[in-house]
Amino acid sequence: MFGNSLTSIFGSLPNNFSMKWLIDLFTSSLGRKLLMALTGLFLISFLVIHCTINAMIFLNDGGEAFSKWGHFMGTNPIIRTLEIGLVAGFLIHIVQGLALWRANHAARPVKYSVSKAPANGTWYSRSMGILGTLLLLFLIMHTSHFWIPNRTNQFTQGEELPLYKMMFEVFSNPWVVFFYVIGCVSLFWHLLHGFASAFQSLGLNHLKYNGIISFVGTAFSIVVPLIFALMPIAVYFRWIN
Amino acid sequence: MKLESKVPEGPLAEKWTKHKFNLKLVNPANKRKYEIIVVGTGLAGASAAASLAELGYNVKAFCFQDSPRRAHSIAAQGGINAAKNYQNDGDSVYRLFYDTIKGGDYRSREGNVYRLAEVSVNIIDQCVAQGVPFAREYGGLLANRSFGGAQVSRTFYARGQTGQQLLLGAYSALNRQIANGKVKMHTRTEMLDVVVVDGKTRGIITRDLVTGKIESHSGHAVLLCTGGYGNVFYLSTNAKGSNVTAAWRAHKKGALFGNPCFTQIHPTCIPVSGDHQSKLTLMSESLRNDGRVWVPKTAHKGLKAKEAASIPEGDRDYFLERKYPSFGNLVPRDVASRNAKMMCDEGRGVGATGLAVFLDFSDAIKRDGKDLISAKYGNLFDMYKQITGDDPYQMPMMIFPAVHYTMGGLWVDYNLMTNVPGLYALGEANFTDHGANRLGASALMQGLADGYFVIPYTIGDYLANIGWNDKVGTDHPAFKEAIDKVNDRVTKLLSIKGKKTVDEFHRELGLTMWEYCGMSRNEEGLKTAKKKIQELREEFWKNVDVVGSANELNMELEKAGRVADFMELGELMVDDALNRSESCGGHFREESQTPEGEALRKDDEFSFVSAWEYKGDNQPEELHKEELRFENVKLTQRSYK
Amino acid sequence: MKITLKVWRQKSRTAKGEFKTYQADHVSSDMSFLEMLDVLNTSLIKKGEEPIHFDHDCREGICGMCSLYINGHPHGPLQTTTCQLHMRSFHDGQTITVEPWRAKAFPIIKDLVVDRSAFDRIQQAGGYVSVSTGGVPDANEIAIPKKIADEAFDSAACIGCGACVAACKNASAMLFVSAKVSQLALLPQGHAERKERVEKMVAQMDAEDFGACTNTRACEAECPKAISVTNIARMNREYFSAVFSSYEVTVGGGD
Repeated sequence: MFGNSLTSIFGSLPNNFSMKWLIDLFTSSLGRKLLMALTGLFLISFLVIHCTINAMIFLNDGGEAFSKWGHFMGTNPIIRTLEIGLVAGFLIHIVQGLALWRANHAARPVKYSVSKAPANGTWYSRSMGILGTLLLLFLIMHTSHFWIPNRTNQFTQGEELPLYKMMFEVFSNPWVVFFYVIGCVSLFWHLLHGFASAFQSLGLNHLKYNGIISFVGTAFSIVVPLIFALMPIAVYFRWIN
Repeated sequence: MKLESKVPEGPLAEKWTKHKFNLKLVNPANKRKYEIIVVGTGLAGASAAASLAELGYNVKAFCFQDSPRRAHSIAAQGGINAAKNYQNDGDSVYRLFYDTIKGGDYRSREGNVYRLAEVSVNIIDQCVAQGVPFAREYGGLLANRSFGGAQVSRTFYARGQTGQQLLLGAYSALNRQIANGKVKMHTRTEMLDVVVVDGKTRGIITRDLVTGKIESHSGHAVLLCTGGYGNVFYLSTNAKGSNVTAAWRAHKKGALFGNPCFTQIHPTCIPVSGDHQSKLTLMSESLRNDGRVWVPKTAHKGLKAKEAASIPEGDRDYFLERKYPSFGNLVPRDVASRNAKMMCDEGRGVGATGLAVFLDFSDAIKRDGKDLISAKYGNLFDMYKQITGDDPYQMPMMIFPAVHYTMGGLWVDYNLMTNVPGLYALGEANFTDHGANRLGASALMQGLADGYFVIPYTIGDYLANIGWNDKVGTDHPAFKEAIDKVNDRVTKLLSIKGKKTVDEFHRELGLTMWEYCGMSRNEEGLKTAKKKIQELREEFWKNVDVVGSANELNMELEKAGRVADFMELGELMVDDALNRSESCGGHFREESQTPEGEALRKDDEFSFVSAWEYKGDNQPEELHKEELRFENVKLTQRSYK
Repeated sequence: MKITLKVWRQKSRTAKGEFKTYQADHVSSDMSFLEMLDVLNTSLIKKGEEPIHFDHDCREGICGMCSLYINGHPHGPLQTTTCQLHMRSFHDGQTITVEPWRAKAFPIIKDLVVDRSAFDRIQQAGGYVSVSTGGVPDANEIAIPKKIADEAFDSAACIGCGACVAACKNASAMLFVSAKVSQLALLPQGHAERKERVEKMVAQMDAEDFGACTNTRACEAECPKAISVTNIARMNREYFSAVFSSYEVTVGGGD
């Protein structure tokens, strides 16, 4: 009897177990938007944590709190597992973003000779591709400064690198500080459109909540990049030790 | 020729029910063996095509626009009548029937009009089921308003866009059948001829407007749902593309043309601003509910709207209120139009051209406040400001009558079939139901009644009688011959290479028609018009300039063919107006008026439908008369005093 | 007033197009934009040249037939249709560039005339309530709250002109599609086919090579009927809930 029901479960799988609808969803224009929005919001949640822990350098305690939490994040097995999701989130957001950009570009093969687009929308909402590309370049620079060497060391040597110390080395170069600030400015514009846009893409648009979404989105876009930008600046000018 | 209306005998209220029972049915399994051609996809065409396809017939539908949704039904603003009596104000099918036949000045068939009133209630049900967003009350039920001077609130509406919403409803039903494969839709395709073999309609000849290809299509029946011919006046509220070509081609193939001179002039249109004017824009009639129509008591040449305030109250002539104290500004369209013209003829018209009267909202704004007026007419005021640059909240509107609708059209019997078997005409393209004058909010009702609820029954009778195998293929020599003729005409138009553009001819034709066959007509003027039109037509075929070629999108060529047909129709309209030496509805003959200058109908002489038969190029057409019998209503002179 | 016009001329779908410059010297400010083109066309015909082809019909701003991308805006500088745009919106001596709608899904037929049949095909995919003529309930048996009816009307006001596609940097048709999806999702009459409808219409929209929405809201800013992007959010919602919960009934009554 048990065997029978098992057979029927497995026997019925090939007929009913179809993922076609899911593939259709994620290859549709709306599904792509859904992925962009979900990964975008996920990355926003990552920014909150990343920003909070990094902001501990402003405690000016010689990096004690920062290193303690950094160590936790770098070694806790649950966080490490979630990190795989984070990398996937980044990759999906980037790949889908580029794919969308390409498809959208192809939808108008001949461009207008005169276009007054500024009259009907903001420049940054039209420039998410460029802002995203800038952020990608920043991300490559940033991860090669900290995350990649640290994780490489963890895998090869089994121990973490002294990130707090490294920070002082990296941010002693004014060009690096400059590019980090540029990265944060790009993040500001990207978030200013992206935050509210994600809600619209998910279909969460309601007169009662649009105001709060827009307010929180704007506040978030200003506060988080600002805190991030202050880090290399503070380190460079030795506001913290 | 004996004209048989085929209106069934028996009590008025039972005619349609009885008739439906007596009509033959087509076996459901055989319906798919029939092919029906529908020309035009406005309210009548789209609803007919969809309903016939739903029944199982194969339908081929054609429109000259790029999509069925563009048909000019879309522009109707005010509403659609239905005898639902939702307002508990005494409406009934009989009252709607009575109002319509009286409003039409007793020049329509009792049987047809009663049926129209009867099915009006089904139309609303159908449209609501399709998702047409009619106006609603807070309780969620449908709202109604009184329209065009009706004494009951029976008009259903969707803001000022009722036509649009109804058409999109019919278009969605049509789309469903296109998706089902039961309707084959041909857009940007114009019908240029009807093919008749052995006395039955067998198909049509079309031109693909993009490629220029002339093609033949065969079918068991052809439905012309091609709208009215108001553009014979060049300036009208019709869309630029609206034309008479399909109906006129059918007329030349034997279909009689009914009451061609019955045209409706709408009183509230935006006046002409200059020679460049390409069309006229209608402002909803509902404006007369609150606006007061006036001109100065003495001539003020070139008085601008912004100077209107300088005319003191005592020097203003609210002529409709003065002449018709009981109806005031809400007199029917023809009366309001004619009176505006009279004021302008007296030299008291306003505006740069002197061809306009004021429609003033200042009293209404004072009484109800700007907010309430804005809620009622905001979109109309905005539209007016957009077009004229004047703000109706600050100064009166200027309005002038314009050609709006044509009550005349192809003669059809009770089954909507013309005298050519298998050829039907629906909606504004036929002549029935509205008599000599159409009431407000009745055009949408008729188009949809014909398409949804009349033709699906009546066509079955014809189809069952002929049988599905009684069909002629497009390889028949008659199709070849028709194609050659169409091609010859296209070649001819392109080869003239004269000096005048198509629009110049059209404008000239329009001016003649407006001057002599417009709001008021007299024998001498009509004779002048006839001569002028004949000369113009002669000149057209020698001196028109159509650039471009036949095998591409060529809008000049399209227009040329349509204007050529308008010129022939124009002459027939004049003939009909000459013949009808009475005043009735939209047709005002100066020779026939009461001592007070009101229209005088002559029921003893003219209680008939004029149905004209084409007798060959440059031959006078032959008049046939279908006597109108009134068994239920008593004929009275309309009075709005 | 005097106007210089730069107009896109293209003989056919496959021909190469180019801008041509024309002078219009006797333009009255009361003319509509299309009337100005009419007058220009008459002068072209008189010179034996082919007139500029453009789509137009009702000239009352409701049929949606007219198009034209005028000086960088669909339907010109005002939020209205081209036929309702008057020359008083321009000034003497101005140069006006007139282009066709540009989108892969709207191929050019000739000059400024484009093929918008993709819109019809999207509507055919599901933009209807499947009721046949007759056999429907009394109109007042379906009570619809006024707010809902009004909102559905706002969505239903779309005239299908394609300005949203023309305005969107991605040539996306989402405002158009979402307007119909919204109308029928809001009204109870549309509920039976709610899920199927949105899935089919979106699939057809994607098949027509329109771009995707990136929420720049240009469509809403240029729509002559002020259709709101709220409709797009509603379509997204409808679509996701449909995709995750719809199913095909494949076997009837068990075996």
